Amino acid sequence: MSLYVDIDKTLGSFHLQVQFEAQNGLLSLLGASGCGKSVTLKCIAGIERPDRGKIVLNGTTLFDSDLHIDVPPQKRRVGYLFQQYALFPNMTVRQNIRCGVRDKDNADAAIDDIIRKMHLVGLEQQRPSQLSGGQQQRTALARILVNEPEVLLLDEPFSALDSHLRFQLEREMLETVRRFGKPVLMVSHDRDEAFRLSDSIAVLNHGRIEVIGPKHTVFADPKTCTASILTGCKNNSPLQKLDERTVLATDWGMRLTLGQDVGDATFIGIRMHDLRYGDGENSFRCRLVEEIENPFSFTLMLRPVDKPDSVPIGWETDKETWNALRADELTVNLPKEHLLLLKD
Amino acid sequence: MDLYPLWNSLRIAGISTVIIFFVGIFAAYYIAKAPRIVKGVLDVVLTLPLVLPPTVVGYLLLRVLGPKRIIGAWVLAVFGIKLTMTWWSAIFATTVVIFPLMYRTARGAFEAFDETLAWSGKTLGLSNSFIFWRIRMPACREGIMAGTVLAFARALGEYGATSMIAGYTPGRTATISTTVYQLWRTDNDALAFRWVLVNVAISAVVLLAVNFLEKRKTPRKGAS
Repeated sequence: MSLYVDIDKTLGSFHLQVQFEAQNGLLSLLGASGCGKSVTLKCIAGIERPDRGKIVLNGTTLFDSDLHIDVPPQKRRVGYLFQQYALFPNMTVRQNIRCGVRDKDNADAAIDDIIRKMHLVGLEQQRPSQLSGGQQQRTALARILVNEPEVLLLDEPFSALDSHLRFQLEREMLETVRRFGKPVLMVSHDRDEAFRLSDSIAVLNHGRIEVIGPKHTVFADPKTCTASILTGCKNNSPLQKLDERTVLATDWGMRLTLGQDVGDATFIGIRMHDLRYGDGENSFRCRLVEEIENPFSFTLMLRPVDKPDSVPIGWETDKETWNALRADELTVNLPKEHLLLLKD
Repeated sequence: MDLYPLWNSLRIAGISTVIIFFVGIFAAYYIAKAPRIVKGVLDVVLTLPLVLPPTVVGYLLLRVLGPKRIIGAWVLAVFGIKLTMTWWSAIFATTVVIFPLMYRTARGAFEAFDETLAWSGKTLGLSNSFIFWRIRMPACREGIMAGTVLAFARALGEYGATSMIAGYTPGRTATISTTVYQLWRTDNDALAFRWVLVNVAISAVVLLAVNFLEKRKTPRKGAS
C-alpha cells in the first residue's frame, strides 16, 4: 500500500511544491514552522486544494488537476489527527468515537472494541474537557481508527502535551502505528521524536523537500544545511574549497582535511558530540569561550587560540570527562569521518 | 387595562425573531467564510440598520412597501393586500432593525469556531449538514442564543420604524411602545406609567437571560 503525492500550491508569497511516495510505515515530514508541512497534510486530506498535481492512495486517485478529479474529504479515507485533536466538545468520548463509525448498523461492537484497544474503558461518558491530554489523544486516535482509514496523518501529535507525558505517549503511538500497518505521515519539528518514531524522514524547507530517505541515512548524511540543522547538528560553517580534500571552514577559522571529495558542497558541519579530545588529524589548540551545563552533559564553546575573531564551535561531552579535564585551553580534533558536507 | 398592545408586541417580536434567527445565521455563516473584500462591503450594508435612525429605516421601507411604491403596488395589484398599516406590517420594520444584532453576534460566534472541528468531521466522513447542526451550532450555541435574545428585546422596543409603517390604531396595530407614546400624548399619565413598568420588566428579564448566557460562555477551542 502506498500514498503518492505530487502537488503545487501557492499561498500568497509562499510556494509549496512537494513530491514523494510514502510506503507502509512512518514517514516524518521534518521542518521549521511555516515550511509547508501542515498544508501538505491538508491537501492530502482534501481540506485544502492544491493548485496543480496528483494525489494517489493505493491506486485510487484522490486528486488530479489534469483529470479534474477532487474526491471530497468525506470519501478519501484519510485519518487526520489534528494538533489539538479536534474532539467535539459537546459530545462524550463514546459519541465522539461513534462519529467515526462508517457502518452505523454494527456501531456498538466496533466502538466497544476500539474503546478497549485504546484503553478508554471507564471514560466513555466523559466530555473531552474532562480528559487529560493523553486521554484526549487516545480518544482522537480511537475515533480515527474506527473509521478504517487507508492512511494516517499525524500533525505534531505531541506538541499539545506536557513534556513528561510525551515519552509514554510516543511509545503508545508507535504501537498504534505498527498495528495500523498502512502508510503513516507525521509532521514534526522535533528531531528526536521524528527519529524515534519514523522509518523514513523527509526534510522540508521553504515548501520543498530537500532530502528524503531512511532515517539513518538522513541523519548520517543530511546533505543540506537545513537538513543538518533540523536533524540537530549545531556546528555548521560555510566552507572555502582549497583542493578536493581540503577546505577552510570560514566561520571557525579551521583548515580541515576531508575523507571524501568536497564536490559542490558549500557548507561543512559536525555534530557537537562528534568532536574528540586530544591530538590527531584536524586537531586544534582551542581556548574555552563558554561552558554550558546541561542536565547530563556539558557543552563547551571553543575557539582556536590563534583565531580570536572566529565563531566558536561547540563540543558536547559527558560530565565525568569534563570534570576531570577542566582547562581554559585544550586540544580537540574533528574526525574526518564525522564531517558533514552540505549544500546550501 | 387592555392587554392587546402586550400581545401584539410579543407576537411581532416573536415572529420577527424566528425569521431573523434563520436569516441571520444563514447570512453570518456564509459571510464569515467570504473573501475579505466581500465581507467588508456586506458588513457595512447589513449593519447599517443598526446605526440608522429608525425613522430613516421606516422611511426607506415606506419607499418600497407603500401602496403606491414598487413592491407595495405590485402586491396590492396581484394579491389585493396592502402591506402597510396592519399589525403584521410592523414585522417588516422589526426584522430589518434586528437583523444586524443577530447577524453580528452569530458571525462573531462562527468566527470564533475552531475550524479544525469541521475538518476532522469531514475526514471522518460526516456530512456537511451533520457538521453544521451537530458540531458547529452547538459549539456556537451561547453566542447564537445571546444574539437571539438581544434581537427579541430590540424588536420588542422598536418604535420609530414601526409607527411609520404600521401606525397606531388601538386594538389593531398598537404595540407597547406606540401605546406609551399615545397615552403620554393624550395626558393619560397613570396608564402610560403602567405600560412603562411592563416594558421595563420584560426588558430586565431579557437582559438577565443575556447575562446568564454570556457567563456560561466558556472557551471551546481545542482542549488543553
